[in-house]
Amino acid sequence: MRSGYKEIQHTADWALQVWAPDLTGLMQQAALGMIALMGARLRHDRRLERTIMVSADDNESLLVAFLNSILYEMELDSVGFDRFELKLDGLKLHARLAGAPLLELQKSIKAVTFHNLEIRPVEAGLETTIVFDV
Amino acid sequence: MIRLQDINKINDYEWEIPQSYRNDMRVAVRLFVTHRLLEDALGDRSLEQAINAATLPGVMQPVVVMPDMHQGYGFPIGGVAATRITDGVVSPGAIGYDINCGVRLLGSQIDLGAVEPVLSNLADALNRRCPSGVGVAGEYHLKDAELDQVCRLGARWALRKGLATDEDLLRTEEGGCLDGADPTRVSSQAKKRGLNQLGTLGAGNHFIEVDVVDRVFDARAAQTMGLQEGMLALQIHCGSRGFGHQICTDYVQELQSTVHRYGIKLPDRELVCAPLDSPEGKDYLAAMRSAANYAFCNRQLLAHAARLAFEEALAGVIGNWQLHQVYDIAHNMGKIETHVVDGKKVKVCVHRKGATRAFGPSSPELPDVYRSIGQPVLVPGSMGTASWVLVGTTESMSRSWGSSCHGAGRVMSRSQAKREMRGDRLRSELEADGIHIRAGSLPGLAEEAPRAHKDVDEVVETVHAAGIARKVARLRPVIVIKG
Repeated sequence: MRSGYKEIQHTADWALQVWAPDLTGLMQQAALGMIALMGARLRHDRRLERTIMVSADDNESLLVAFLNSILYEMELDSVGFDRFELKLDGLKLHARLAGAPLLELQKSIKAVTFHNLEIRPVEAGLETTIVFDV
Repeated sequence: MIRLQDINKINDYEWEIPQSYRNDMRVAVRLFVTHRLLEDALGDRSLEQAINAATLPGVMQPVVVMPDMHQGYGFPIGGVAATRITDGVVSPGAIGYDINCGVRLLGSQIDLGAVEPVLSNLADALNRRCPSGVGVAGEYHLKDAELDQVCRLGARWALRKGLATDEDLLRTEEGGCLDGADPTRVSSQAKKRGLNQLGTLGAGNHFIEVDVVDRVFDARAAQTMGLQEGMLALQIHCGSRGFGHQICTDYVQELQSTVHRYGIKLPDRELVCAPLDSPEGKDYLAAMRSAANYAFCNRQLLAHAARLAFEEALAGVIGNWQLHQVYDIAHNMGKIETHVVDGKKVKVCVHRKGATRAFGPSSPELPDVYRSIGQPVLVPGSMGTASWVLVGTTESMSRSWGSSCHGAGRVMSRSQAKREMRGDRLRSELEADGIHIRAGSLPGLAEEAPRAHKDVDEVVETVHAAGIARKVARLRPVIVIKG
């Protein structure tokens, strides 16, 4: 599979390995993986959209800022997302998120951390491991 | 990876990673552990994270790690690092996202035997009156100006509203209010998250627990705290909710570029920091104190709700259902404190992440009632196992930056815990042991299962034997409320 995510062992918190052919794909997979870890179930009777714009000094910071912005939207309005349309302009990210109000959220994530965060080039594209504080 | 042979044994309860272990270490790392607990720690990255903490600019000798240590992110859980005011830094990641996560203990004169038949009613009342769970709002819907007041006043805000007593505040670390909080240093996002979450427990490892005082080890200290064998006590474990999480998130992001400006090199980006006397460092401290005060107020409001639940369930059953405050302590906090180093008083910023302040007898920071016995140290266990009440010692002041352990500490990942234990089966097991469980999420319950944690008794025996805290009383759970 060219893009995806999987949970990996961490004593106290959650860690997610993510891979994709490019940076926008990596961010999309990271967002999907994070929301799946939280056990989010969305309502089927209503859809909604949100726009997120973030900028940062490097790709890792951009990834963290993007995921933290999603957490913020989810907590504040009790919504979840399942589709992401991302556009990168250098180190500026413009994201359109599509989703629905939450039916259930099993676990919350306090924050996305920078712990040992590095986006690495691999044969199939990019890969990283993200640690979440829960 | 660090190996056992890289670590020097000082005695059966104290080990040291010398400064020479890695070139970028500025000080040694002192571990308060038994050989067995050290072997546990070698199984994850907690020691590597402690070594990373020893690279922070201005860090003083030594970085200390408690026996309940486990891998965190950036800084280990159970870690304590003191940085010099003059040339040291403050690191948000070394305090944690849940700023002023802590524990409050209330005691009572309620005999377990007298209320055993109505414990289920009490569990229901607590569960109803103390909002818990993911995304659950509380009954306090604050306006912006009220939130600013909470930031500045902490638990004093609750006192003004008639939701606290003078004694509650007196028996809270810092009187329930840190000086120097400035809500203008807090982002609008954090404030939005804080408006509706005051007075809520949240989810994860946070809980409200009714315990029975199972055994007293220090009669004088227990009497001073109003704890008697066979009587009920109540613990509240939570922090600053989304308000604190967002403040830490904001500053960890913002300081990513700050470290380059100050020429600070770090082994892990989660340890980003700013000089204590820099504008960025001062801004973070002012925002962090706002979150700390929010957390003090949050636990106060939950204590008020718990008192109402006790009244609802026990009035007419027994004559005295009152709960008195024993103490309220933080275990994720950065504090400016004065410590004696090499015979001289030195002002430092003590970062405690998953470590509890444990000031010894005669510390001026303690209320009169505790000045002769030392500060109460509250060590919650994991549902189904014991919790402990300890006191700080003179030795904790000289050997561990006035700090001790904070809990059982995890030993198993959350995903493994969920694979090995089903939440419904765990609930049945705990209920068969006479523990009334009210849990919002069964998978969440499984993640926090007792088997996923170290043996809290072993952790406590270690700090007791090492001399950095002294055993006062052991508590056994009878009701657990989890989000």
